[in-house]
Amino acid sequence: MIPAPFDYARAGSVEEAISLLGSDPDAKVLAGGHSLLPAMRLRIARPSMLVDIGRIADLSYVREDGDRIAIGALTRHHDVANAEVLQQLCPIVAHAAGQIGDPQVRHMGTIGGSVAHGDPAGDLPSVLLALDAGFVAQGPTGTRTVAATGFFTSLFETALAPDEVLTEIRVPKATAGWSFMKFQRRAQDWAVVGVSAVRANGGVHVGLTNMGLTPLRAVGVEEAVGGGADPASAAARADEGTAPPDDAFGSAEYRRQLVKVLVRRALEEALP
Amino acid sequence: MTQIAVTVNGTRREADVEPRTLLVYFLREQLGLTGTNVGCDTSSCGACTVHLDGESVKSCTLLAVQADGREVMTIEALAEADGTLHPLQDAFHRHHGLQCGYCTPGMLMAAASYLKENPTPTEAEVRESLEGNLCRCTGYQNIVESILDAAGQMSGAKS
Repeated sequence: MIPAPFDYARAGSVEEAISLLGSDPDAKVLAGGHSLLPAMRLRIARPSMLVDIGRIADLSYVREDGDRIAIGALTRHHDVANAEVLQQLCPIVAHAAGQIGDPQVRHMGTIGGSVAHGDPAGDLPSVLLALDAGFVAQGPTGTRTVAATGFFTSLFETALAPDEVLTEIRVPKATAGWSFMKFQRRAQDWAVVGVSAVRANGGVHVGLTNMGLTPLRAVGVEEAVGGGADPASAAARADEGTAPPDDAFGSAEYRRQLVKVLVRRALEEALP
Repeated sequence: MTQIAVTVNGTRREADVEPRTLLVYFLREQLGLTGTNVGCDTSSCGACTVHLDGESVKSCTLLAVQADGREVMTIEALAEADGTLHPLQDAFHRHHGLQCGYCTPGMLMAAASYLKENPTPTEAEVRESLEGNLCRCTGYQNIVESILDAAGQMSGAKS
């Protein structure tokens, strides 16, 4: 399957990418292309222009920055998974990045692409949501940081404006206790349901993958743990506020049951 | 059309391509390198695996323009120029690490990339490293044995 025709422009800088995006309202950003190109081949996506930012070298980095870790948007999953600073200071991000797709996908796919694509079935978005990550977006009028909690607005939709480029992902140091659970039928599949749990401020933050139109926080579970509930009773609230899909990989009912099991296991692992 | 220059198997190749041309079709149809197979065409099976700047990628999920200015290596360049098989090819031969052979070029390229990263893998690590490559004959047992054997040969040769 071949994508529909499109114009191609390679941006040498973020500024150039922003101006190219501004010139065509149907343009899309191409980073690693491992979410976008499959969608274009199926012709689910038919952008009129691709703005290739893949060569902007200074957007690929992982570094400690005060009490946060800054990850360049073009850092590939392979490099996120192997970044020592993340393995030591925010291990859930490195671990989750190493579970995405397969080695070939991780050699091309980028953390920024995964976030900007806004797929509720993606692994990293719900991890970053649980971490209260910040997403740095650059547009024609300057740079802003969007909190993860307000970033994912609907199915494949985010708070990014059409002429904004995601440049950096900022995560806190989180070494206290964590768990990442991905339930899948085959090694490289999307998660049927995914759960990430991170200890924070005496409580726990829980992110859910593939339980609604966007990545979600399991607010009921967080509230229950904060109130002193044990993992099993807190996990019973895991599907509160969710709207899981009904598809070939599982019914909505199945996912509601599965998420409770995975949240219980994740809490047991993250809160020893 | 967009002009690209890609170093393929050590030779610089210049060509005009439509931006939507996928790397695998550029390799197969424009350069005649048909050793790289198209299997699922949906980024799942890994039959189209080649190396981009030395690392395994799925050439059905890359635009040829993304390879511009970079180095691509295909299965055609895995053996030595004089025909001496790569240790992986030799091990696949000896262990019969294939049945129909369709997935084999991708398996070899995925394994060659992985062994650079982890020259002395365990059996479990080898199995995990193949999560992006499907063998529908389900010949995994001999494929894994082949890769472990080759890893032993290659790391032995180095030390």
